[in-house]
Amino acid sequence: MNALLEMQGISKNFTGVKALSDVRFTVRPGEIHALVGENGAGKSTLMKVLSGVYPHGSYDGAIVFDGEERRFRDITDSEAVGIIIIHQELALIPLMSIAENIFIANPPGRFGIIDRGTVQRRTRELLAKVGLDESPDTLVTNIGVGKQQLVEIAKALSKKVRLLILDEPTASLSEKDSAALLDLLLEFKAQGIASILISHKLNEVSKVADRITVLRDGRTVDTMDCHDGAVEEDRIIAKMVDRDLEHRYPKREPKSPGTGSGEPIFKVSNWSAYHPQHADRQVIKNLDFEVRRGEIVGIAGLMGAGRTEFAMSIFGRAWGQKISGRAEIEGREADLSTVRRAIDAGLAYVTEDRKHLGLLLAEDIRKNVTLANLPAIAPARVIDDVEELRVAADYRARMRIRCHSVFQETGKLSGGNQQKVVLSKWLFTDPKVLILDEPTRGIDVGAKYEIYCIINELADAGKGVVVISSEMPELIGICDRICVMNEGSFVGEFAGGEATQEKIMRAIMRKGETRPKELLA
Amino acid sequence: MSEAALKEKPQHAGFLKNNLREYGMMISLFAIMIFFEVVTDGTLLRPLNLTNLVLQNSYIVIMALGMLLVIVTGHIDLSVGSVAGFVGAVAAVLMVKFNVHYIPATLICLVLGGAIGAAQGYWVAYFKIPSFIVTLAGMLVFKGLALAILAGQSVGPFPPTFQKLSSGFIPEMVPDAGALYPTSLAIGAVLALAMVWLNFRGRARQEAHHIETEPYGFFLGKNLLLFSVILYFAYLIASHRGLPNVLVIMVALIALYAFLTTRTTIGRQIYAVGGNEKAAKLSGIKTERLTFLTFVNMGVLAALAGLVFAARLNTATPKAGLGFELDVIAACFIGGASAYGGVGKVGGAVIGALIMGVMNNGMSILGIGIDYQQVIKGLVLLGAVCLDVYNQRRA
Repeated sequence: MNALLEMQGISKNFTGVKALSDVRFTVRPGEIHALVGENGAGKSTLMKVLSGVYPHGSYDGAIVFDGEERRFRDITDSEAVGIIIIHQELALIPLMSIAENIFIANPPGRFGIIDRGTVQRRTRELLAKVGLDESPDTLVTNIGVGKQQLVEIAKALSKKVRLLILDEPTASLSEKDSAALLDLLLEFKAQGIASILISHKLNEVSKVADRITVLRDGRTVDTMDCHDGAVEEDRIIAKMVDRDLEHRYPKREPKSPGTGSGEPIFKVSNWSAYHPQHADRQVIKNLDFEVRRGEIVGIAGLMGAGRTEFAMSIFGRAWGQKISGRAEIEGREADLSTVRRAIDAGLAYVTEDRKHLGLLLAEDIRKNVTLANLPAIAPARVIDDVEELRVAADYRARMRIRCHSVFQETGKLSGGNQQKVVLSKWLFTDPKVLILDEPTRGIDVGAKYEIYCIINELADAGKGVVVISSEMPELIGICDRICVMNEGSFVGEFAGGEATQEKIMRAIMRKGETRPKELLA
Repeated sequence: MSEAALKEKPQHAGFLKNNLREYGMMISLFAIMIFFEVVTDGTLLRPLNLTNLVLQNSYIVIMALGMLLVIVTGHIDLSVGSVAGFVGAVAAVLMVKFNVHYIPATLICLVLGGAIGAAQGYWVAYFKIPSFIVTLAGMLVFKGLALAILAGQSVGPFPPTFQKLSSGFIPEMVPDAGALYPTSLAIGAVLALAMVWLNFRGRARQEAHHIETEPYGFFLGKNLLLFSVILYFAYLIASHRGLPNVLVIMVALIALYAFLTTRTTIGRQIYAVGGNEKAAKLSGIKTERLTFLTFVNMGVLAALAGLVFAARLNTATPKAGLGFELDVIAACFIGGASAYGGVGKVGGAVIGALIMGVMNNGMSILGIGIDYQQVIKGLVLLGAVCLDVYNQRRA
């Protein structure tokens, strides 16, 4: 069988980080091809190369589609040949109707006047195809995420689709919506439309996929054919991970003997917070939480479990409303009512989104490092530039930030070095407790190891460290204790040594009434 | 030794490349001045005209200092022209109709400007209403109020002491000095020396801490040029009637704001708010309060500019301040400020204002009508910003 799509030797670099190297990937006509791999393995990057988000010339290698080499300059080029991508973050305009969203790019009509009748009729047809029972005039904001996903697919079908790419389509869907979506994929397959399915949910993958390709650290590890006998989830996971946990994480010997005996350095009790827009939605539900001196505590959970919201509501009420609860630092009640007060009380929060919430990208390293503690370099509010430079150079050396000089713009650093700048900024405030939200997101493996070492040193220096992460192996590898959060409550707690991915997932799922078989191994 | 020298060279090249933008603006200003000096047969730099040039543009420069901060935080203030006009009108009513002494009247006016800035900044900072809308409303409100309190009439003249704010010159210390004003010349010389001394001290500090510096020859040349230019202008000013009072105010304000933006924590925080408001907020910076304060500051400076303008005309007219906001905003953008916030320098805004001023003055001398003057100014604004964007993209 001739391949519909062949990606040959694709390599892609981001400033200093190799995101893809020599990736091979083929899709046959009418197959469902699953693409799996850990966070940061390069799945999304590969799809962005395919769809022209990264134009021809910004990567090495060749894309052959339908027997012809293609050089997409942008997403319109790839759509023209029938490659349609549906991103993880939906690209719908909330205050427009379903019909308007579907035909946003090229509505049917003449001379620029939209033919409403045709729009209505075709929208109804498309909605029927995806099995969505909604009026074309319903505003997108008024339907749930699952239905929005279907609208995205209907939008894709309004174009000439040959290859449909779905990036984590079921990540935020309920069990029922996910099943419906997968059935839809099988239906498309029957009509000869090929799909690439990117998913973390291996049970779904093995249910619908014809073949499975595993990516790891930007390389193709293997492609497995599901028709040669069932592919076991364990086998996929082994290929996805393949690194022994021993060497991925620095050795950790907690200074406080055992995890139970260090004194609590940070404690919150009965903490609750409500959604900033929906005042009646309680997102954080009366949590009790504590960190001991020298301890690394992980918070595990799925996306939307409320982990970031919890952290930010603590950190100067930076998220949510109607926040209540008691916080103690070193045994004394702490005033965390504004960010400034939280910092002064000894709290630091390293955001999960360093580009939008963490850094001044247009400013240099020096200015970023000192931003949260300017008084320390500015007696009488006048900045001592020599002292500032000394501080920045000191952190540059200690954190091993790779740059030309501390005058380099942070926007031009690699992800790992940017993260080190953010960490430097918070260390310069000399915090007692650090909350690190996804500290290694989008960072290459080498830099990850360095970040883990820094986290270790901080704990050894007697600070309390909280790590929020979606990567369970990471939490298991570095934490002394792991708390599991789901829907704004803690649903389980494990000592670092005894935690496994399966136990964590089971704790999360117990509430959702999912059978353990469907969990990651 | 030679190895060290080898290492130094590329650094210098890099330094020049990185700073070309700043020098570029300065060079543009000089080029424009030389151009008009030539085509006006030397009228531009005649002492009388140069003094007038300063007087004509002082209020634009003063407002540009405040506008720069507003733009750096990512906002805009369209009301400054109307506010300046309104404050001038209030000053006239106070001093002319109610015979209030000029010192309390001036203070009342500055406080009033601050209050107007606060009233607008409050909506922008704490209610998150776009500054464009708030200050557009302010523009209409204060234009209307100026008309109302002047009852559509011009009010004047001001007490002679108040006029001195704009039309006065610093007192001459040396009696019977002839055509030249030695005190003004001496102040110019001291200023020139002080700037050169500051530059040398800064360079010594940078070298002591191994910070990238510009090539020494270039540095020397730059300082020599700076010194001679300041001295030459001081000489020109001194050969007319000496330093205008308003120039002294202006230079003091420029120095103050340059220091504030580059060396103080509040300046640093203002740039952080404009560069990434969310990150700034999560770093413990009180973003709302800073935004609010930049508007208060803008209000005070608009009031000061209004007073200077009224004193210069010696009357408050309902039309005073009309369109000032456009010149002020243009000055900031020509001077390299970014419409997205976080970027812009005091020096740039001042040079931008001077470029506009020299062009206004030069074209008026040439007899170009007000119609085509506007066309040319508009094109210069667009060109300057395009060039800036182009350079940034290439970098």
